[in-house]
Amino acid sequence: MTVDPGTGKGDIPPPVEVRGLVKRYGDLTAVAGVDLTVNVGDVYGYLGPNGAGKTTSLRMMLGLIRPTAGSARLFGRDPMQSVHALDGVAGFVEAPTFYPYLSGRRNLELLAAFDGHGAARRIEQALDTVELSDRARDRVGGYSHGMRQRLGIAAALVRDPKLMLLDEPGTGLDPAGMRDMRQLVRRLADQGITVMLSSHLLAEVEELCNRVAIIQAGKIVYEGEIAALKRSAGATYRLSTTDNERALAVCRAQPGIADVGVEHGRIRFAAGEAVVAELSQALVEAGALIKALTPQTATLEDLFFSLTEGGEGADGHHPGVVPESAAPMGPAR
Amino acid sequence: MSPTVVTVYRWELFKLRYQKRTYLGLGAAALVPIIFAAAIHFRHDRHGGDFAFSSYLTRSGLAMPLVILLFGAVWMFPLITALVAGDIFASEDHNGTLKTIFTRSLERWQIFAGKGLAAATYAIVAILINGTVAVVAGSMESGFNSLQSLSGTIVSAPKALELVYVSLLVYLIPIATIVCIGLLLSAVTRNSAAAVVGTLMISLLFQLIGILPGLGGLQPYLLSTQFNAWQGLLRTPIDWSPIVRAAWVCAMYGVPALAAAFLVFLRRDVAGG
Repeated sequence: MTVDPGTGKGDIPPPVEVRGLVKRYGDLTAVAGVDLTVNVGDVYGYLGPNGAGKTTSLRMMLGLIRPTAGSARLFGRDPMQSVHALDGVAGFVEAPTFYPYLSGRRNLELLAAFDGHGAARRIEQALDTVELSDRARDRVGGYSHGMRQRLGIAAALVRDPKLMLLDEPGTGLDPAGMRDMRQLVRRLADQGITVMLSSHLLAEVEELCNRVAIIQAGKIVYEGEIAALKRSAGATYRLSTTDNERALAVCRAQPGIADVGVEHGRIRFAAGEAVVAELSQALVEAGALIKALTPQTATLEDLFFSLTEGGEGADGHHPGVVPESAAPMGPAR
Repeated sequence: MSPTVVTVYRWELFKLRYQKRTYLGLGAAALVPIIFAAAIHFRHDRHGGDFAFSSYLTRSGLAMPLVILLFGAVWMFPLITALVAGDIFASEDHNGTLKTIFTRSLERWQIFAGKGLAAATYAIVAILINGTVAVVAGSMESGFNSLQSLSGTIVSAPKALELVYVSLLVYLIPIATIVCIGLLLSAVTRNSAAAVVGTLMISLLFQLIGILPGLGGLQPYLLSTQFNAWQGLLRTPIDWSPIVRAAWVCAMYGVPALAAAFLVFLRRDVAGG
């Protein structure tokens, strides 16, 4: 049973439930009907190119921007109705911001006072968690970007959140800072905190998240498990034989094989495992003996580009994702 | 314990302690009477009292705060007030911190109220500092003597001191309107400099309207006129009519400005920062 962080009652609505969310600025539609659901325990990646509507929709989820249409509910509560909808919720959109003329600790004391409910007692622990205790007395104006990002996490932790919304937490960090941030997010998830994470860093999302939503031009083009997205892409293979010309003809003639082509002197095709076994036999019978047959797994990056650009992945070919059939659009339940 | 308006108010006052503009305004409020006292001292010694108001000022130090109220009525105190009132929301936009405080456990109206009260407190402190420094500096220069009222009667020094502080309180009525206008411009422009300068310009504009030929009939209803309402206290008997008029005329300007600032702050999208 899940417990409402605000009321303590059981069987709560999902941490994030967004339905038909729209934001228009005059003729410009920044968000064009977003539907997504973040479930308890998810580490949920929110992906999209620049200007796709990620930050605008996150701001609406936090009650910072009034939606033109639709709703964003956190644990079933509407942040536009009352700030109490944010009970048990913390995070930041774009870079976390603080009063530059106050120290890191003073900033946290101010925010903890604005939180109430004993938040001030968690300041030291939050500073320890983000490893800023030794710089807490320095003015935030002198902090590096990475330190401000970590202070942003600390400011979120003093709220003792059940849900964290983090917008590009790794942006601007050096490799060590990004590694620390990943470890931090992993620790938060291990503590049972549901995390919604927007990011440009696809490898980071692939490593950290179990579910993703991909937004393109203000609309969700995929929502669901990363594993399901990868499965939907189907397996692709690279084949090298003693007679590639003959093997190419066999591949093209074999039922169940698609996307056949030649790449770097090797044959490329997409097929299921059962079909590959039949193909092996057909190749032997045709006299094209197999030298190498290697399965290729699509990365999240391949899938992302396929969904957002309909174009080429990092390795220069279409991964074969067919979102309409294999990865249904709209909210996953 | 849940946070309240008092929580915001206390932290806004705390933040003011760390901002240069606070000391710029309070420093000016304290420095002006000292400059006045020095000017009287040196001019008096050299030329035997040709400085404007010097005869009035040299008889009693208690005249100093009232003369400064006359001098600073339309520009100095509005400027000092606007330094904080015009900045109090705009600085959050400048630092990008509105999104930080809007996502804690305070409703927007609580943040608005706490900030508004802090801006008003700053204005009160500035005027009280100015008045107190003027009383001390004036008394050191000219003595803690009885004062001649505007009706020509003599008022004892203790009674004059009381009248000085009540005058300062009456002067706070139009200053409260300036706070409201500063808050509105701060919320609307989201730019500290524009809000501070805009507030001062509005104050000066009222004065300009008052001196335009043919608009004399408007004089009693202009904000600039209300800065002199305290003079009713220095008449014998006390003339309350300018003070009562100042209360409702200032409310006429201040309440709509405050209401508009409140609505803008409550409904605004926080898209930047």
